[in-house]
Amino acid sequence: MKRSLVLIAAAVLVAGCGGGGGGSATTQPGQGGAPGKVTLEWWHLSTTEPLKSLWEQRAKEFMAKNPNVTIKQTVLENDAYKAKLTTITQSGKAPDLFATWGGGVLKQQIDAGLVKDISGDVADVLPTFTPAALSAYQFDGKTYGLPTDIGAVGFWYNKKLFEKAGITQPPATWSAFLEDVKKLKAAGITPIALAGKEKWPGHYYWAYLAMRIAGLDALKQAAVDKDFNKPDFVAAGQQVKALADLQPFQKGFLGAAYSTPDGQAATMGNGKAAMELMGQWAPVVQADAGKGLGDDLGFFPFPSVEGGKGSATDAFGGGGGLAVGADAPKEAVAFVKFMTEMGNHSKAVESGGVLPVLKGEESAVKDANLKQVATMLANAGGYQLYLDQAYPPAVGQQVNDSVAELIAGTKTPEEVTQDITEVAKSEE
Amino acid sequence: MLPAPAPAAKRRGRWLTITLFLLPALVLFLLLVVAPILVAVYASAFRWNGFGGLPTNFIGFDNFTRLFGTEIFVQDMWHLLVLVLLSVCIQLPFSLAIAMLLNQRIRGRTLYRLVFFAPYVLSEVITGVLFSLILSPGSGMANELLSVFGIESEFLADPDTVMPSLFLVMTWKYFGFHMMIYLAGRQNIPNELIEAAQIDGATTWKTFRHITLPLLGPTIRISVFLSVIYTIQLFDLVWILTGGGPSHSSETMAVTMMEYGFKRSQVGYASAISVVMFVLSLVFALVYQRFVMRRDLAGATTTMGGRR
Repeated sequence: MKRSLVLIAAAVLVAGCGGGGGGSATTQPGQGGAPGKVTLEWWHLSTTEPLKSLWEQRAKEFMAKNPNVTIKQTVLENDAYKAKLTTITQSGKAPDLFATWGGGVLKQQIDAGLVKDISGDVADVLPTFTPAALSAYQFDGKTYGLPTDIGAVGFWYNKKLFEKAGITQPPATWSAFLEDVKKLKAAGITPIALAGKEKWPGHYYWAYLAMRIAGLDALKQAAVDKDFNKPDFVAAGQQVKALADLQPFQKGFLGAAYSTPDGQAATMGNGKAAMELMGQWAPVVQADAGKGLGDDLGFFPFPSVEGGKGSATDAFGGGGGLAVGADAPKEAVAFVKFMTEMGNHSKAVESGGVLPVLKGEESAVKDANLKQVATMLANAGGYQLYLDQAYPPAVGQQVNDSVAELIAGTKTPEEVTQDITEVAKSEE
Repeated sequence: MLPAPAPAAKRRGRWLTITLFLLPALVLFLLLVVAPILVAVYASAFRWNGFGGLPTNFIGFDNFTRLFGTEIFVQDMWHLLVLVLLSVCIQLPFSLAIAMLLNQRIRGRTLYRLVFFAPYVLSEVITGVLFSLILSPGSGMANELLSVFGIESEFLADPDTVMPSLFLVMTWKYFGFHMMIYLAGRQNIPNELIEAAQIDGATTWKTFRHITLPLLGPTIRISVFLSVIYTIQLFDLVWILTGGGPSHSSETMAVTMMEYGFKRSQVGYASAISVVMFVLSLVFALVYQRFVMRRDLAGATTTMGGRR
């Protein structure tokens, strides 16, 4: 205990002393003539197959093409990655290459001068990307990263369990959805798997309901005005509460993590729950943490809400991209372009690990379920990035926290919007 | 024969030696202990997200007034109180009982001592992962065993049972440590005293109550001290087991600090939490040493052996 506290204290100290001392000591860009030896630090969070070995392979290929470059990978699991990247960026130094979700977190790092503006270097390839995929990495017309993945959140369901409960068709409206939850419960099936300990999976419900009830524009406007105290957002909270009141989640969900052996993905992958609201990576993690559902797995978009102002085609989600540290050598940018080349990226799409970010790449999607996600994205009228990534970290975490409290029953829908508004107003 | 050096020069030489011997430790202490504390205190007076050099937006005591006004801080203090009370009233007496038991001549006592001490050697993170599997509501070992008696619990996943479950894990990990301290203390009590009491016809309980317990006093006081300081700083176990949840019901101050410093990028505010933790530990340590451990420490602290 003592030791880790000292570590935190040391980290806070490092944060204090940080700033000027940026730049990785290992990178020495070549000066004219023969290129000098360069080591690229690459941080990412693809800990599961197929991406884990695909990325490894890409790095090897790049090193073979550029003998002067050594790529050093640091691969961390989601939460550990976020914590470690925050620590190191607060010390005033970013890795040469790092996975990012774009949005508010990347903006904060850009404002601190940690991320390289690569607009000029990538101008030639920008038109090959789909606009939705790029949007999270562009601010004020400048590009700070290239996407490697784009996806959307929706319901993944177990066809067999739906059949067993007598549900013939995935619900298209929210009231039909609530009815189906009741039917599943009546059939003795756990309707929904949820990782209550990690908070971010819960915020999907509130965010999607806010998009459907208040509309995408109202949600975006609320972020600008820093005011979520609107009846429509309270209504979104009331619907989350209405769902939670049906007690649809697995036993002990408040303590469940996402990808652990008894977490949300495993519960779903082992056929112990009928649905989960999750992003495009869900099938991979289901098979990794549990047995996986194979052909029994289906996908349907988040239902529309009767009388809501939002369009039923609006999608919520995020992707993944690669950003370049401010002091990284030029080889880092070359690697980002190498990773996102059609020939290289479509291999990752074919493997089912990521979804298309390049125009005309859709045909590479092999998996039937992922094809549905890709189609949903292609038809999406509007797109909202994960709220905990789109907003400044404090606001994003407050959304996660408040929705978790709402689901646990300790806060009311009104308190949720008030708490989020209060934090949003206090952030500059 | 050379004349003996003048007393003044002799004293100077002694000071020089003392300084030289102290210097390396002093430098490390200043750099690794005092400097971080000062930086945290400094940062706690600013609104600061941790980026870009030193903080600039000075806000005085606002971080502290904000902290004291939050519901979460009140909850953290309540959890601290609960855990301290449970530790002192249950965990330590339990350790003492085991220590007394293992002081008897029983078969295999060395093995028991070893086994009971083993959890303390495990890292907190491993303990946390281990117990999150054991206490898993769906497929954990604890519920499998309990189901034999027809009961089951959600342990860490239920706001009502999370604190007792957490305390259970803490006890599992630390009772062996306190047991060892008590055993060492017990072995320092001369057997003559106990034999004398027995010859005078004292029962086992009376011997324990009037001989063993008073003579174990210093040991018990230091063990309570360590236990309370540990609880104020409790982090690793909670972070792995529950992350402070469900819905803040097992959050400790160190967890709150982590949430704000690293997840929300409010390093100034997190520093304020760390300062409150530091002051809490410091005040407790000083008050406890001044009033409770005064006799135990007589001659051991900075009175310069009574020469001042």
